[in-house]
Amino acid sequence: MAQSLRTATHRTPRPGPAEPPSVSRRTPTRRRPFRRWFSQTGWRHLVGIAVVIFAAFPLVYVFSASLNPGGTLITANTLFGNLSLRSYVDLFNLPRQPFAAWYVNTLFIGFSASAGSVMLGALAAYAFSRMRFTGRRFGLITILLVQMFPQLLAMVAIFLLMLSIGEIFPAIGLNSQIGLIMVYLGGALGVNTYLMYGFFNTIPVSIDEAARIDGAGHARIFFTIILPLVSPILAVVALLSLVATLSEFVIASVLLRDPEKQTLAVGLYQFISQETSQNWSIFAAGAVLAAIIPVALFLGLQRYIVSGLVAGSVK
Amino acid sequence: MRPLTTTRTEDRTADRRRARRTAETAGIGWKLLLLKITVLGLLNAVCVYAAMVLFFNERWLIGTLVVVSGALLTWIYFQRGALPAKYLAPGVVFLLIFQVFVIFYSGYVAFTNYGTGHNSTKDHAIHAIMLQTQDRVPDSPTYQLTVIERSGELGFAVTTEDGEVLLGSAEAPLEAAPGAVVQDGRVIEVPDHEVLSFAELVDRQQELTSLSVPLSEDPNAGALRTQDGQRAYVYTSRFVYDESADTLTNTASGEIYTDGGEGAFVTPDGAEVMPGWRVNVGLENFVRAVTEESIRGPLLYVTAWTFGFAFLSVATTFVMGLFLAVVFNDARMKSRKYYRLVMILPYAFPGFLSALVWAGMMNQEFGFINNVLFGGASIPWLSDPWLAKLSILIVNLWLGFPYMFLVCTGALQSIPEELTEAAQMDGARPFQAFRQIKFPLLLVSIAPLLISSFAFNFNNFNLVYMLTGGGPRDIEAGINVGSTDILISMVYKVAFVGSQSDYGLASAFSILIFFIVGTISVIAFRRTRALEELN
Repeated sequence: MAQSLRTATHRTPRPGPAEPPSVSRRTPTRRRPFRRWFSQTGWRHLVGIAVVIFAAFPLVYVFSASLNPGGTLITANTLFGNLSLRSYVDLFNLPRQPFAAWYVNTLFIGFSASAGSVMLGALAAYAFSRMRFTGRRFGLITILLVQMFPQLLAMVAIFLLMLSIGEIFPAIGLNSQIGLIMVYLGGALGVNTYLMYGFFNTIPVSIDEAARIDGAGHARIFFTIILPLVSPILAVVALLSLVATLSEFVIASVLLRDPEKQTLAVGLYQFISQETSQNWSIFAAGAVLAAIIPVALFLGLQRYIVSGLVAGSVK
Repeated sequence: MRPLTTTRTEDRTADRRRARRTAETAGIGWKLLLLKITVLGLLNAVCVYAAMVLFFNERWLIGTLVVVSGALLTWIYFQRGALPAKYLAPGVVFLLIFQVFVIFYSGYVAFTNYGTGHNSTKDHAIHAIMLQTQDRVPDSPTYQLTVIERSGELGFAVTTEDGEVLLGSAEAPLEAAPGAVVQDGRVIEVPDHEVLSFAELVDRQQELTSLSVPLSEDPNAGALRTQDGQRAYVYTSRFVYDESADTLTNTASGEIYTDGGEGAFVTPDGAEVMPGWRVNVGLENFVRAVTEESIRGPLLYVTAWTFGFAFLSVATTFVMGLFLAVVFNDARMKSRKYYRLVMILPYAFPGFLSALVWAGMMNQEFGFINNVLFGGASIPWLSDPWLAKLSILIVNLWLGFPYMFLVCTGALQSIPEELTEAAQMDGARPFQAFRQIKFPLLLVSIAPLLISSFAFNFNNFNLVYMLTGGGPRDIEAGINVGSTDILISMVYKVAFVGSQSDYGLASAFSILIFFIVGTISVIAFRRTRALEELN
């Protein structure tokens, strides 16, 4: 599945700013009559404006709510009626909700899990792409199948497993961030290997062979030659798994019990379900801060992500 | 010595193999080798420690597994061959534990009564029942008490009326404490323990009054408890456990409870005493799910809605994404990249936050949509069963259309423009050309993504749980379930939300989802022929 798509991806011209130069030449320099302009492209702008309003509105709303100190749901309805950063300050001084700790935890868990996933996935993809061994086809099929069963289906079993691990090894059991990262790593091979495997296959084997003739061992070939060559896919996988981990709720909420150990997804959900509409502006400030990193990464690395998306991963 | 009959070619391959091996060994720098030895050493140390702790706790099977897998890993990295194993092992270890094992473990839990009231073993259950029902013995002797602490755990150091010094905690029954220092008939110092001050006692009063230190290993012997942290008295349970007959007797009422076979002590007329313990109940969870009306009904409509939700989500986002892709796929249109930038935003914004923000906007009394867009109307967006479903679809459209827009744009641009031009030469109108030429081609590359999008939405927990919490709640159902719940959120709510957790039933539901997802993926694989492309 992903393979056929990958070939499609490579054929795909990157959508975006790079328009063929002929376009501007073809556009007539003098203005088209309005009716013709409208029937050709003008109506498209109308659609565009409508979609932009639909897409951006909730985000504008939450941003405006975050600038409205002491605001509740009802006062948030006046957009930008009040401009102050006080909610952002209050956010870090909540008596019972350690927002700063949530933020740090989320980043720690997100970055560790995504770095670990990339590493595990790359090692496995290298083996599948470069080596021929018994069980290789079986392994690839297994990984394709495992990919279909997201980890959260087994949340009860994961919880009970971590509960019993925690009875003996509290450091990696229930209520431990290390334990949570390990659980996330369990899903790494299933989700990433196939995407990476395809990309590894596009690097010519002759490069490995040349290196081997020059006396490089397999480890050196992998770390110093192959890894730099596949760095685009490493970036995509790292980013996608980072974003997925940042908004993962189920397993994090089940495993992390202490408020100061929880992640943003768990903490903000509990915050909003406890004090529904009174502290809306503080929640909005939290949401804006929590969203900054994923949104910045997405917009900054748009092109890579789009190619990864087309190759078959869904948020 | 090699036999003399060896031919030259065999000789050469052997030489070549040796040469390659030497080259490979040379390739591993000494730094890498050092790293390898350090990592393996650490791994072995951790394994040995883990195995020791496990054996100490009498977990023989898991302990043995740890030893075997530690040895296997060491072997993999310390011998020359089995190169693929060296690269696959780290990922496979995690995969086996946290993805494959947990699936089978779900299967196992589905056949037990694991849940609130059935959390532990029978011994623990008996212990807990006796603890809960303790009464002070009327003529109990007074023990002079000193509260002590070791690594966070409270314990009692007492002197009996005969001047004997005893030490114990909730886990360890009372025993003689030779090292303790006694002053004025009261213990003032115990080796390896800290004596709690009065202020600390006040701080931890609740913990202290619930502490019960057994007099001996026999659960019927009774236990010491205290109210004030100064004096302790003997408490005994209203229940007496008869080990040979395996019965609990309530000494106050005279009722006899026997092991009913379903993980709890019951009287002949069916009254249970809680807590119970974990037992295998066979297919009971599955039987309950299909026969008990209060579970079967919700299970059926939740399953139907899960399919409906996943299908409608894919359909709506795809239609909107494709429409926008077609609209914006016109080279004459200016400033497309700015539109695109804004359109990606819903996709970049973390999904759980979007759902929470929308939940605020759709609030019936104070939300933006009712108050501003509908001029103060009171539309129950999230609390009417059908409107809530519609709201979920609207929000998912918002969340999902950018993805479909991106992939449709990619697919459209990979279809050569000449095809459309040729069709138009032959007299096809633009829409016809799109409908009959581009669209089928587009579907070929998009179909697998539609299937994986369906599979994703099938388990789109975050959206449902954050937007409506599965509600509005169905009050007639026997489990905590509402009219927008999908299967996965129902599993979560049955297992983790509220005071009653039923892990067994929740696992039975998960197994059901496994089968559904499995069937979908088999169909998907058949259609996309992904397996045939593997080489």
